[in-house]
Amino acid sequence: MKKNNLILYGTILILGLVAPFIFPGFKLQISFLWILIVLAMTWDVQGGQMGYNTFGNILFFGVGMYLCASVQIGMFFPLAEWTEAGGEKTFVHTPPQYFQGLLFGLILAGIIPAIVAGLIGYGILGLRGHYFAICTLGLGIAAGEIAGGIEIIGAGQGMTTPPWPKNIGDTELRSQFFYYICFGLVIFTFLFLQWAYKTRFGLVLNAIRDNEDKAEAMGIYTMRYKIIGWMVSAFFVGIAGGLMGNMVGYIEPVEVAFAGPTFGVFMVLMAILGGKGTLWGPVIGATVFHLFKEGFWTFFLGWQYVALGVLIVVIVVFFPEGIMGWLREKYPEKFGEVIDEADRKAQVELK
Amino acid sequence: MPPKFWGHFFMDLLIFQAPILMVQASLDGILLGILFALIAYGMALQWGVMNIINIAQGELVIVGGYIAYFMYKAGVHPGFGIIVSPIIMYFVGWGLYKLVINKVVDRDLFISILATFGISILTQQLMNFIFGSDVVVAQSNFGTTMFFDGMVTLPNAKIFAAIVSIAFAIGLVIYMRKSKLGRAIRATAQNARAAKIMGVNTEKVYAATFGINAALCGVAGSLIAITFTLHPYVGLPYTVRSFMIVIIAGLGNLPGVALSGMGLGVFEEFADYILGTEFRIGSVFTLLVLILVYRRFKLSRKREYLK
Repeated sequence: MKKNNLILYGTILILGLVAPFIFPGFKLQISFLWILIVLAMTWDVQGGQMGYNTFGNILFFGVGMYLCASVQIGMFFPLAEWTEAGGEKTFVHTPPQYFQGLLFGLILAGIIPAIVAGLIGYGILGLRGHYFAICTLGLGIAAGEIAGGIEIIGAGQGMTTPPWPKNIGDTELRSQFFYYICFGLVIFTFLFLQWAYKTRFGLVLNAIRDNEDKAEAMGIYTMRYKIIGWMVSAFFVGIAGGLMGNMVGYIEPVEVAFAGPTFGVFMVLMAILGGKGTLWGPVIGATVFHLFKEGFWTFFLGWQYVALGVLIVVIVVFFPEGIMGWLREKYPEKFGEVIDEADRKAQVELK
Repeated sequence: MPPKFWGHFFMDLLIFQAPILMVQASLDGILLGILFALIAYGMALQWGVMNIINIAQGELVIVGGYIAYFMYKAGVHPGFGIIVSPIIMYFVGWGLYKLVINKVVDRDLFISILATFGISILTQQLMNFIFGSDVVVAQSNFGTTMFFDGMVTLPNAKIFAAIVSIAFAIGLVIYMRKSKLGRAIRATAQNARAAKIMGVNTEKVYAATFGINAALCGVAGSLIAITFTLHPYVGLPYTVRSFMIVIIAGLGNLPGVALSGMGLGVFEEFADYILGTEFRIGSVFTLLVLILVYRRFKLSRKREYLK
């Protein structure tokens, strides 16, 4: 079992490392896939492991995106004039400036959303069930609407992120560079969550999902763990947002940054499609979803969101257990569940 | 910020320079709030009976509005939308129940939220394709009424909308009390299982409830078509407003729904004047978050008290 895992991880690692050379045309698409996997995995910390179905993780995505871009620009140039110029090449980053800005921007894009999550977590994570879901839905949309009214980050028109410095390489190098950062982020997120789920932290999250009042009665400060869980999610989602902003090159409040109807729903859908509450579920779900999206989106041309709506309804109504849940039902032995053959036969006879 | 700054900030606002605008904003807000209360009434009904939160509520409203708009386009006075729209929307709601909602009724609440969210995205896009993404309005030619020598103006369409909403709400309350279906709906809301044992066809009751909710949305939508503007993507704020009204008032508290609806309407009009129109929707969603958080602290104090 252990050896199999090693082979599996090794294969994925090598595939991920050489993918930009095998599919040079799809570098950006695969980078988006890594971002989507990060979003799905971090959503699963709340939705799957903790049982708190949030629509609000998109808030951290947008905050990270705006913050990263603002830091990248604001470290060297006046931010207000940059947004005023609206993408014209008045200010140009030199390569050291660009990479310095990106480094600090990404670090802050992780830390500040985590702090935001910690601050608002005490108020919002106290809500239960559907109140929590609707409240977080409101949170994401309110953030988008408010960001659309703030002048310094471009209000409704949005802002551009710094362009790739000219004299060090072409756009091929740019997409390769971002590809490897995204891949690194996915691996780091995966390993971190895999470790976290094995510790007491993971157990407490599952206890909260199964019965929060009982967990509280057992002497666990559930609120503390819920807030830490949200901060972890916010950290990774914020970095993913910062990367996404740089890859897209243009930030708009409602369509790109606080994109509730696209990324906000995608992350929920991917985790449910793969099977929530499992480590591999969101990864599989995101991959399948992204392949489906990229493969079939062009056929629908203009009808994508109609297809998305149908997809949501179909997955949620007819397939709520997800791929991992289905596999678990089919091959329980692989998941370490012991099946008593005699008991199974007896049950079949009863049916 | 020094206090002097805030003083200037407030004095510079139009609403404090001309206090008569406050009267205008309050009256506008109350008339608007009555409409919100009608939508919220539908949401409270289905929440109470079926235990479903319908994110597509706002989209049902907008679809109802487009029905009235198309009557106006065809040359019929859009005021008749309040009769045609609910009839069509009843069957839309009924069909929606038979297609999707009946599969999520007794499941986890989150499943129903997500499923209706999917319906909401689907409806938005379909409306965008069928009706176009332009902002439209159905002219009712009702004229306006003026008070205080023309300082406060109220379009008669808004007054008409408020009267019709109140009439529909009262009519529905009476229907729920007196008719056989109303009694069945109330029995199902109290205890679905017991109602089933007593011979109530709960499946039919659920379908009817969802249909009635959609019909109420249709009425509200056709009133919005003549008083405000329609656009395929403005549904979600209506859902959030009605959700907010229901949680402030509490389920099954009808006077509360009416009052909190008006309160929300007045809040919005004042936010519009003070913060500016670009923050109007943002202020609604922020208020939702604040109310939920306030409610959580209030309830948690109660929980500690009980300990």
